[in-house]
Amino acid sequence: MNILTVSPSPHIKSGITTQKIMLTVIAALIPAIISGTIFFGPRALFMVIFCALVSMITEIVCRALMKKEGTVSDGSAMLTGVLLALNLPVTLPLWQAAVGCIFAIAVVKQLFGGLGCNFANPAITGRIFLLLSVGSDMTSWAVPFYYKHLPMLGLFEASGSTALDGITGATPLASGNAELTQLFLGNIGGCIGETSALALLIGGIFLIISKLISPVTPFSYLGSLAVLTFAKVLITGGDMTEVPYALLSGGVILGAFFMATDYVTSPITAKGKLIFGIGCGLTTFIIREFASMPEGCSFSILLMNLLTPYIDRLTKTKPVGARSASKERA
Amino acid sequence: MSNISTLTKGILKENPVFVSLLGMCPTLAVTTGAFNGIGMGLSTTFVLICSNLVICLLRKLIPSQVKLPCYIVIIATFVTLIQFLLHGFVPSLYTSLGAFLELITVNCIILGRAEMFASKNKPFASVLDGIGMGLGFTLALFLMGSVREIFGSGTWLGIIIPGMTGHTMSLFIMPAGGFFVLGILIAVVSKLSKRKPPKKLGCANCPNASACNAKCEEASS
Repeated sequence: MNILTVSPSPHIKSGITTQKIMLTVIAALIPAIISGTIFFGPRALFMVIFCALVSMITEIVCRALMKKEGTVSDGSAMLTGVLLALNLPVTLPLWQAAVGCIFAIAVVKQLFGGLGCNFANPAITGRIFLLLSVGSDMTSWAVPFYYKHLPMLGLFEASGSTALDGITGATPLASGNAELTQLFLGNIGGCIGETSALALLIGGIFLIISKLISPVTPFSYLGSLAVLTFAKVLITGGDMTEVPYALLSGGVILGAFFMATDYVTSPITAKGKLIFGIGCGLTTFIIREFASMPEGCSFSILLMNLLTPYIDRLTKTKPVGARSASKERA
Repeated sequence: MSNISTLTKGILKENPVFVSLLGMCPTLAVTTGAFNGIGMGLSTTFVLICSNLVICLLRKLIPSQVKLPCYIVIIATFVTLIQFLLHGFVPSLYTSLGAFLELITVNCIILGRAEMFASKNKPFASVLDGIGMGLGFTLALFLMGSVREIFGSGTWLGIIIPGMTGHTMSLFIMPAGGFFVLGILIAVVSKLSKRKPPKKLGCANCPNASACNAKCEEASS
């Protein structure tokens, strides 16, 4: 009988699996899904389920075509689908949502080797793909509770249908005339899951407490954006409410807690995460203030995703007591 | 090499765009429509055939020290010719191709064929090579242009496709879409011609070999 087993490390396993992490993140998104369903009707919930299904089917088909083991059970494809759906306007036609999901899973994730090998967050890239492809449908925001007077509560009314005439408005980020309380609750036009700061914060704080995401990235992202907006108000002499307005409108809270914290595409060390968050905040601010687009959250996260390998190389932790190569030689 | 294989190798097996990855600049820039693709492809084919023939006939006269300037002068002559022809007879194509028409002069397919083939072979074979490579290039540009035009504008050769109106994705006619379409077409062509990726990637064919000193080999092993 073997009393001693000799094995390489790790010897202590925490029992956390990829599947558990992915399902917990999806659970943390449930408040946002609920708030989206309240404000934008049953079609919002339908979009979330539809995108999750399309993503999972794409994952299964891709893995089968490449003759590799199936990975759909790890839940990452489902999470990508849910996140992408929360980043879409509720009236987006279904075929466009499906194309976005297929692009996110097949091109961004599986062509590069599947989970862990993707260079950018699939959901963010899927959103940007749609934004560049079908810009007008991606930026027509339905006003909250638009569905009340529609047949079937607007379940089958997509962009372009005459029943939807006059129910879209500009995102509060562009128009700049929403009340802060409404912004916080999410009673504004926008993507399905980005409007309600309250619901997103509940999910985000749950993730931080359960130690699945580090608080460094979201807080440095939101913090740097707040500081920059504050500086802008000081210089231009605007109203101080612009600072909370910048944080609550648009998709930064969804981006900061759920997109920028993706394990695969964000730096490993706390120092790296700090740089990542500040970079996101800075880019978002620059795009919002100086570019022709009202929102820059997704582009800023994609840009920082691309810089992540370099940030990781610069912020490599040194082993305790290690000496740098130059000193060694001297 | 038989004349037939000289003619046909450019179309799929050694396609300048999908296999050799030459002439990327016009491939990505002018293929927003199928008609532009054909126009650019046929113009390049004309220049390629003529320059291949002339360079081949002069191959014993051109000293190797100054062969590049000589090739460029010969190629530029034919580019000027086709430019005037297009300006006179197809002004719409002339305007839509713009500066890329003049840039045929420095198209690496033409220089590449001059260096690799025309300067080493007989005139008849050089002309066949020019025709084959030119048609391969035209075919590639036509494919790229068709895919991008159908999905990006909902038309094909300017004809509106029923059912595509309102279902177009403008990304396809943007530069980024050009790269996506090119990548996917290269994958399809590799699959069709049953090319396999090399089992082991060595430093022999790596353009960065001198800079990296085989550090990547150490890292991967």
